Amino acid sequence: MTIVTGRPSRRRRSASAAAAATASDPTAPIRTRALTKRYGERIAVDALDLEVRAGEIFGLLGQNGAGKTTTILMLLGLTEPSGGSARVVGLDPTRHPLEVKRRVGYLPDSVGFYGNMTGRENLRYTARLNGLAGDEAEDAISLAVEHVGLTDRADTRTDTYSRGMLQRLGIADALLKDPDVLILDEPTASIDPIGVEDVLRLLRQLVHERGITILLSSHLLNQVQSVCDRVGIFAFGQLIGVGTVPELAERFGFSLNHIELVVDADPEQDAEIVRALKRVDGVIDAELGIALTDRTLAEAAAAAVTTGDLEGPPVEATPDAPAGPQERIWIVTTEPERELHAMISSIVGAMAAQRLIRIGRHAPTLDEIYRRAVEQHGKRRLAEGAEGAA
Amino acid sequence: MTADTVTNAPASAPAAADAKAQPAYPHTNGWAIVARKEVADHLHSARIVVLFFILGAATLIPLYFASDTIKSVAGQLTDTRGAFLALFLASSQDYPIPNVITFVAIVAPLLGIGFAFDSINGERSDGTLPRLLSQPIYRDDVVNGKFVAGLAVITVVLVAVVGIIAGFGIVRLGIVPGVDEVIRLLLWLAVTILWVGLWLAFGLLLSVRIRRAANAALVGFGVWALVAIFGQLIVGVVASVIAPWATAATLEQAVALKALSDGILRVLPLTIYQEASAVLMRPDLTTVSTPATIAQLGQLEAQVQGQFLSFDQSLLLIWPHVVALVALMAVCFAAAYIWFMRQEVRA
Repeated sequence: MTIVTGRPSRRRRSASAAAAATASDPTAPIRTRALTKRYGERIAVDALDLEVRAGEIFGLLGQNGAGKTTTILMLLGLTEPSGGSARVVGLDPTRHPLEVKRRVGYLPDSVGFYGNMTGRENLRYTARLNGLAGDEAEDAISLAVEHVGLTDRADTRTDTYSRGMLQRLGIADALLKDPDVLILDEPTASIDPIGVEDVLRLLRQLVHERGITILLSSHLLNQVQSVCDRVGIFAFGQLIGVGTVPELAERFGFSLNHIELVVDADPEQDAEIVRALKRVDGVIDAELGIALTDRTLAEAAAAAVTTGDLEGPPVEATPDAPAGPQERIWIVTTEPERELHAMISSIVGAMAAQRLIRIGRHAPTLDEIYRRAVEQHGKRRLAEGAEGAA
Repeated sequence: MTADTVTNAPASAPAAADAKAQPAYPHTNGWAIVARKEVADHLHSARIVVLFFILGAATLIPLYFASDTIKSVAGQLTDTRGAFLALFLASSQDYPIPNVITFVAIVAPLLGIGFAFDSINGERSDGTLPRLLSQPIYRDDVVNGKFVAGLAVITVVLVAVVGIIAGFGIVRLGIVPGVDEVIRLLLWLAVTILWVGLWLAFGLLLSVRIRRAANAALVGFGVWALVAIFGQLIVGVVASVIAPWATAATLEQAVALKALSDGILRVLPLTIYQEASAVLMRPDLTTVSTPATIAQLGQLEAQVQGQFLSFDQSLLLIWPHVVALVALMAVCFAAAYIWFMRQEVRA
């Protein structure tokens, strides 16, 4: 079990906002009803009901071949659905593909550009195809290029670009038409970590400043978690769960009444800390956790072996564990009805004698939720299959 | 992303949507934008330089060797009709070099295939096709634009080459064309563009159907070789299979055999084009059909030599050829078009 700290406040707020608007929203920029795509026998997208609300970043999660790209192509009118319907910016993409494509920016999976042209020339072509010309086009191009941080490379040929730069140019390309909706297929694939941060920040900024609605697909779960308001888990052509990360955590059986705290303490003090924690009113249990953050991988692996809580190849624990104070992570289970902030206050009080470094809600990562969701869904499918056979 | 964006955004997004609700629709000419970009690409590419030099050099060399022959013959002619066009027909007496129109007939298909074989599959393998198709243009704008661009560039190259030859004739040999000859030359140019257009459409079809550009080029050049080089051989084989009794022992049999093999040969588009261009460039040709009997042969020989057709009569003579070329081009283009429209965007 890994622990990711931070971002608790944002999650809670968007969760309540989402809860307020659970009713079907007729103005949602992207809506599908029983959208289906069959390739011969194979069902790529199976009766998909999806709703992306105005001004949100929606993450479509799924493995390769889960049907994400097919869904996106249907939303853009680039592939005809076998059944069901879709509405994008209020229009049927099959019947009004031009109007939809005019208002929806699209970054394809592994986007490409004409290598014999510069980045700016490539964008100029896109601008022209969108009916932009002259100064208007040049301004839009400069702005888009600046947004993605490619200004100094815009006038070199794109065959000299790295994969990550092409990806960023692709985002600039999608932004040129000043879209109402942005659909990004694997936007952060093959961008370096710092570049990913920049791209994600840009996406948030776009939502903030222009009120753009963003649908992005990804299999990089922690990035999705960090940027998306809501997430849809996609498997076997079906959406098996939609909601904010905490909502999904709850839905797939992760209890949210865990608090994580980090204490600078010797291992000898463990017993003392457990006693202190358990004395707090409302605490059911307290146990040691491990964290991969703030520590070297070797140390984490060693900790994993001692606690026996990590899957994967066993790593030899160093016989002489690092002496002296170190960060010990504790996971505290509270009674479900307790308020989180009240519990945190009480625990902080109880730990007054200890060197407390960090405390907060311990939420499962999207990675864990995703695994469990797909697992549960797979089991259910198996069971249904067995029933069908009987 | 905070809670206030979630609440603010729905208010701002419909407003933005309203502002765009009545679009000025400038994209009915998407094909023109695609064509413009493609023309620029072609003009900057290495292949146009190569093709231009091949075509230019290979037409000027026979012209250079033939110029002395033309000069001496032209001096003796009292009736100079057709002398200008002889520039395109003359070949050297000393060297085995084909004349200009034969050369164009052989090389033009290469032009067509060379400009089209990677047009769609190239976009596909570069990953630019989904991006292009997600712009507000119709899907057929891509195919149409590329075809128009290829045709435009080839027209430019052909006009340039023909202009060079005509200029050479006027300046060096002092042969000035008459109106009739200019019209014939323009008609020949039009039929030649049609001929290249057929191969361009074929190249486009290959680029839609065959995912790898290299394979498409191989298939294209293979078909070209079949038509241009092996066509004659195959016709001989087919003729002997159909009429194994046929020998050229008597004149009658020889004529019949020739009629048969010409009939088979006419299945090849190359024959159609060559007949059309010969009639257009040679006002003295009064028939395209092979004499089927000795009597017809006799009729043909009895015709007054030096009788010239006017250009409209020549055009009438080869009108079926023109229609056949248009039809072939239309079939190739339609196949490419339909396949492209039905194809998945993703590989």
